[in-house]
Amino acid sequence: RDFNERCAQCSEVNWGITDGGRFYCRSCHNVTERTREVVNADFMTNSRIQTISKGLRKQEKNDGGSEWYVCEGFQLVLKKQVEALEALGVCPQMKDEILCNFWRCYLQKSKQAYCKRPAGEAVKALSACESSTDVDSDPERPSLLHLLSLSESEGDLQTDCSFVSSVSKVSESTSVYSGSVDGSLYLMKNQKEKLRMTMPMTLSFCYMALLWVREPITLSELLRFVVEGHIPYLNVFQHFPEKMKLCGLDLKIFCVESWPAYEEVFNKMHELAAFLDLPRFPDITESCFLHPDMLCMKYLMEANLPDELHNWTCRVVKKIGIGEVDFLTLMPGNKSTRKVKYDVLAAAVIVVVLKLLFLLDDHYEWLLSELAEERNKNNTEGCPYFEFKKWYEVVKHSLDVKQKKLDEERAKYLWRCEKPLFYSVKNKPKVLKRRQMVVNLQNQFGKLSGSVQRAEKPNPSSFQLSWSEENTDGSCFHGHSLKGVLQEKCGLLTAMNPDYWLCTVKLCNEKLCGHLGHYREVEFPQSYHFVLGLFSFLLRVQPSYIHDEVCMIEHKLFNKKLCKKLKYNAVLRK
Amino acid sequence: SSNEHKSNFKKSKEACLSYIQDALLQKQWKRAAEFLSCYVESLEKDYSREHIGPSEMIWRIGTEILWHHSQSNMKEFNCFMEQMKTLGVKRYLKVCLEHVFHLLCNGQIDEAYQNLSLAESWRFGEQTAIQDKEMKLIQAYRGLLDYYSWSKQKSILLEHGEDGFSDLAVEREMHGYFRKAAVALKEIIKIPGVWDIFVKCYVDLLEFYGDHNEARQVLNEYAYNSKFPANPNAHVYLYQFLKRQGESKKSLVSALKILHDIVPSHELMIDFNTMLQKSKKRKKRRLGLEVIFAALDYAGWKENAKAWGCLARQVKQIVISEKHLDWIKQEWSSRKDWWPAFHFSRYLAKRNWQENKSLSYEKALVAGILLGKGCKYFKYVSHQGCKAQLKRFRMLKKFMNRHNLVYLRISG
Repeated sequence: RDFNERCAQCSEVNWGITDGGRFYCRSCHNVTERTREVVNADFMTNSRIQTISKGLRKQEKNDGGSEWYVCEGFQLVLKKQVEALEALGVCPQMKDEILCNFWRCYLQKSKQAYCKRPAGEAVKALSACESSTDVDSDPERPSLLHLLSLSESEGDLQTDCSFVSSVSKVSESTSVYSGSVDGSLYLMKNQKEKLRMTMPMTLSFCYMALLWVREPITLSELLRFVVEGHIPYLNVFQHFPEKMKLCGLDLKIFCVESWPAYEEVFNKMHELAAFLDLPRFPDITESCFLHPDMLCMKYLMEANLPDELHNWTCRVVKKIGIGEVDFLTLMPGNKSTRKVKYDVLAAAVIVVVLKLLFLLDDHYEWLLSELAEERNKNNTEGCPYFEFKKWYEVVKHSLDVKQKKLDEERAKYLWRCEKPLFYSVKNKPKVLKRRQMVVNLQNQFGKLSGSVQRAEKPNPSSFQLSWSEENTDGSCFHGHSLKGVLQEKCGLLTAMNPDYWLCTVKLCNEKLCGHLGHYREVEFPQSYHFVLGLFSFLLRVQPSYIHDEVCMIEHKLFNKKLCKKLKYNAVLRK
Repeated sequence: SSNEHKSNFKKSKEACLSYIQDALLQKQWKRAAEFLSCYVESLEKDYSREHIGPSEMIWRIGTEILWHHSQSNMKEFNCFMEQMKTLGVKRYLKVCLEHVFHLLCNGQIDEAYQNLSLAESWRFGEQTAIQDKEMKLIQAYRGLLDYYSWSKQKSILLEHGEDGFSDLAVEREMHGYFRKAAVALKEIIKIPGVWDIFVKCYVDLLEFYGDHNEARQVLNEYAYNSKFPANPNAHVYLYQFLKRQGESKKSLVSALKILHDIVPSHELMIDFNTMLQKSKKRKKRRLGLEVIFAALDYAGWKENAKAWGCLARQVKQIVISEKHLDWIKQEWSSRKDWWPAFHFSRYLAKRNWQENKSLSYEKALVAGILLGKGCKYFKYVSHQGCKAQLKRFRMLKKFMNRHNLVYLRISG
């Protein structure tokens, strides 16, 4: 609108704007190199970013929808997520200041907005081909099947094939492969180039923002809240406005069939932080929730272990230096520092402490327990001595009950939402028919389920297991004393246990095989497996994940001894 | 496929199925229904790569639950089946057929017939040709129900006939059912398979209308055509037919011979042995002995007094005639190691005596001949029998005294 130069070809001043954002002369269709600067109106409050000037954007398509870009969709998702976090008690700055700035920065860096040549212009090239050629005839353009296979969600071949065959030649300027303008382009992008946005990555954004603000929510908690439904993720697209029609390849982008894995969200977050060239994150100090000392306290409580163990966790933390500010604080892009998984680290510290005190070799801990039991008979002090056996029985029982409930919930989980999804308009009647049948069957068999009500969504809680000291049945071990397993030596309390076994003698190369150690249940003591299993349940990660951290901590802890041993071996070999 | 690459959705549905399976095995219908209601959304995801897809799972599981659940009724069941019919066109006729079976089990003959007629008229492009076998089955069962109606009309007619009334309308209806049934049944039995009930009904129809030739042909085909699976019942039906027709002993024997080869323990072996014993031909009598020995090898015959009677009669006759003792020797050689413990233990002697005197008599006779009068079985039964002053046992004792060395020649 503001462009008043004369056209080089016909000298007219009659400008329009292509979808790619370039100016063109309406009279002679001469396209210039000038692009329109991107203008952003209200960022978060308005759900649509006007990232690319839409002078010619069609407001109305024949199905009542309008054009929308994939990143707009993701923006909506993020908005919903951060609102949910706010409802959970996160500070409001996270939404208005932190996350939106991160997002804006991302859009800029990935050239989807806020820059001179938005990536969307390639879309037109894609659509123009459709009207003249067959779907598969262009050898350079990736076939539709190829695009469909690129995405993460599970492809079902028949639907994919039937979709491909139903795509017809259209002369519209928007792609028929997706409801969004750039759906197909999105899947086509080279992943190495621009850190393509995915659903799991939305959680990486959230986590990054939470970390920046140092909120007392760990990544495992965040992911658990997602699974429990407190943070929108699974069918969040059903909250897209009516005019944002979702179909075709959009489904591959926005519909997920798996819960986000800790590792994926974690790694992507770090990639993202580096990509955005973020500076050093705010310091994680001893008073922070994410500091190992704090997290250990929380997990000790949740695991029903004596408070006294906290002294030991602090000692370990101090000894190996993982409580240092520089160790804990994130420096994006710094490849030499180890990326810290705060929750897994804290859990691993507790495991190491348990190994220090109880050995956990399937013999010693039970002996110690018997010893403590004996001493408890004559115990006149206020609090009883901690008996491993009793603790094991109580915790195992609760854990089994919870695990069984969780397994059943997972099996009963309903993945589909009410909003029906279809690949193409031709698909729609069949999809709606199916949905109707599903609803009928759900009703029919639901009635036959008896009086079982579908459980209400539980309130989000930070603690999954809770133990009350008021219970007179002695099932709470917080106040128990460790005197049963400690002895005095030179005025200091040390563990009676003189031994320790390393999870692995040599650490594996993480870059090569992805792990520091290799965990196989049969190769380790049952007690160790139990303890790993307990924290695996609490953090909802695989036991091997925690095992890796344990390996890392052990090697730091016994570093000197190990170095000596290696040197000794080297000498011998010579 | 590797477990790691499966989506959580898929894993969750697999877990759901496994809970359903457990619930079904423990007959916890409510629980099964609960999990099934969570599983059904799998329908919205296509599993064309799997061997059994969700639609088939839901059909089969849902049928089981609705059939057994206390709060379910036929109306719900039927409604469910109709939905299942629309789910998979490739399975349409199969679902119809199983639905019909359930209706029949529930005694709803008319509804079953309606469903069968409806299914018979179904056409769906190339699927009709692909599901040809199921279509034939549908027609066959429809024909079977026509037979059933024919049978009912027949009884009405016979009743009226006794009273002296002739009912043309009933007769006409009856003939109508006959024609419909005959056409359908004839079609299905052309295809190699096990069609006992269809064959029986068809033969019944043919016999009633006097077409014995066709009936014989059908039964011969059913029994002797090698394309058909080996089926003892085919020979039983053929034998029964031949008997009804008053056929020669020769043809009866040849029909039963095959039955003896396939199922030596068949109940008709008694008839067979009886027939063979009476024969003038030596070979036949020899076969008779083989047949009865073979039948008594089976545990189910241990206490069959009739069978023991046959054997007793035959061996006694041989012993008295002093001819063909070698027949008994031949039969006994493979049995002498285990029959004594199997049939002639002291425990059995006591039990047989207590429960069934006739049985013990026949067995004692056989035991005495095969094992001598000193054997446990004979000693006990004979002693008891004489103590009880029963005539035949005294006769038996005398008989054995006379022939007390026979067993030596038999075991030789």
